[in-house]
Amino acid sequence: MDKMLLGRYINGDSLIHRMDPRGKLFLSFYFIVIVFLCNNWETYVLMTAMVMLFVKLSDISLGFFIKGVRPLIWLILFTVLLQIFFSSGGHVYWHWGPFTVTDSGMTNGVFVFCRFVLIIFMSTLLTLTTTPIEISDGLELLLKPLTKIKVPVYEIALMLSIALRFVPTLMDETTKIMNAQRARGVNFGEGNLIKQIKSVIPLLIPLFVSSFNRAEDLATAMEARGYHGGEGRTKYRKQEWKRNDTIAVILFVVLTIALVVLRK
Amino acid sequence: MNGIIDIKDLCFRYSQENEKLDLSHIDLHVNEGEWLAIIGHNGSGKSTLAKAIDGLIEPEAGEVFIDGEKLTDKSLWNIRKKIGMVFQNPDNQFVGADVEGDVAFGLENQGIEREEMHARVKKALEVVDMQNFAKHEPVRLSGGQKQRVAIAGVLALRPKIVIFDESTSMLDPEGRLQIISLIRQMNQIEGFTVISITHDIDEASLADRVIVIDDGQIIDDSLPEKLFQKGEQLIDIGLDVPYPQRLKLELKKRGIQIPAEYMDEESMVNWLCRSILKN
Ligand SMILES: Nc1ncnc2c1ncn2[C@@H]1O[C@H](COP(=O)(O)OP(=O)(O)OP(=O)(O)O)[C@@H](O)[C@H]1O
Ligand SMILES: [Mg+2]
Repeated sequence: MDKMLLGRYINGDSLIHRMDPRGKLFLSFYFIVIVFLCNNWETYVLMTAMVMLFVKLSDISLGFFIKGVRPLIWLILFTVLLQIFFSSGGHVYWHWGPFTVTDSGMTNGVFVFCRFVLIIFMSTLLTLTTTPIEISDGLELLLKPLTKIKVPVYEIALMLSIALRFVPTLMDETTKIMNAQRARGVNFGEGNLIKQIKSVIPLLIPLFVSSFNRAEDLATAMEARGYHGGEGRTKYRKQEWKRNDTIAVILFVVLTIALVVLRK
Repeated sequence: MNGIIDIKDLCFRYSQENEKLDLSHIDLHVNEGEWLAIIGHNGSGKSTLAKAIDGLIEPEAGEVFIDGEKLTDKSLWNIRKKIGMVFQNPDNQFVGADVEGDVAFGLENQGIEREEMHARVKKALEVVDMQNFAKHEPVRLSGGQKQRVAIAGVLALRPKIVIFDESTSMLDPEGRLQIISLIRQMNQIEGFTVISITHDIDEASLADRVIVIDDGQIIDDSLPEKLFQKGEQLIDIGLDVPYPQRLKLELKKRGIQIPAEYMDEESMVNWLCRSILKN
């Protein structure tokens, strides 16, 4: 779990690292949208080339991206198999009951696979090159217009950043409580399902109690340091729109046009 | 008198159902630049008193004046600017994602300009000697380092009064000494008024004045030297008595004549050597 949530960010000074988090966030979301424009070989090749270019620019080895695919591999394979066995149209290779394997089904399978991998690569690129705090700051700034319709954007971003900050602390605490309960004879991860669920209770209750205590302490500390809502606050960190952000945006515009032209 | 804190007949209880007051008729006067230590048992009301000074709880009777200004709903935020607080648990007061972000948190709340913020954060981190850790996340810091960051967060806000609520109690001996010397520097060199709530006798003995709280009441108010003559009673009052002091008590029990004044480790050793030579 430790590996999944944290240590994702890889320190670096590449062109991608130096992009404005707002730019990266926005383009990552935008990318997911335009992936759905792809519907033939040309468009997928173009998209893959684009992603590879960004991976190269990030100075991070491909292995990290492939690792990002691994946790989702079963979901991906399941979807691909659905495509292969249940699509119709084109030449039929094999047929049995509700299952048909056709050539368009095969191509669709490959396309779905590519789509998943491309999306995962792109979001991995975001989390590998952007610190969690930059992401939450970036989100806050991007969503700022929503404050007009009374969405507490600032508070949400603060919640997010505090949550991120406390993940390792609570993880430590969980380990400590587990050890303490083990010393009292609780077995974690043993026995049948009911037993396992029961063994989680002596873990969860102390964890909840201590989290509430922490929350109260933190609230007091924040108030003592003059926190009274997002209004009138200034920001310590600055996010600067730079030339490479503009270039990236232009690249994406060109990409979109190319996709529209190339798709069938 | 230029009292920076003036508390008059302050009463407070956490819940109306409590029969007993959690703070009962507190009168307290603290001079500017003074270092006041507060000691007392667990649950005696020390933290509650600190919270009352910072307006974090609302008293049921009595008044609190900070720097001549009465604490009310209206003056609250202005008064909080004058008071910095450092709490016990290093983890539960670390708000920012990294060191500099945490130091800046209070400044952001006050709406300070970015350039000014950067300068103040840098300066504050230098004072607590954490400038090389500016980009570190809390996971990568020791308890003592986190407390230093908390102190930097307070320094950056430039308050007049700094309250330490058992800020050294969760630290290892080395971290504790560092924080104590930092408190001393803040009081003696930088002129902050310091209130330190503590069970630690080294910390309390550095103060100008010590008050003892029991059951929500101030039961003693004296100089540290005077208080520490009380020997065994100190343990009842709620202090961890240091080794030389305990040794003294044991010697006394065995009928050995020993000077009454407070002795630290060094003067204890000196005295022991001298009395051994005499015999
Ligand atoms: N948030 C709260 N709600 C209700 N009662 C509280 C709360 N905090 C403290 N109390 C009660 O108020 C009394 C005084 O508590 P306080 O925290 O001020 O003690 P303390 O002297 O700081 O003790 P310690 O040395 O353990 O920090 C205690 O009886 C405690 O149980
Ligand atoms: Mg306390």
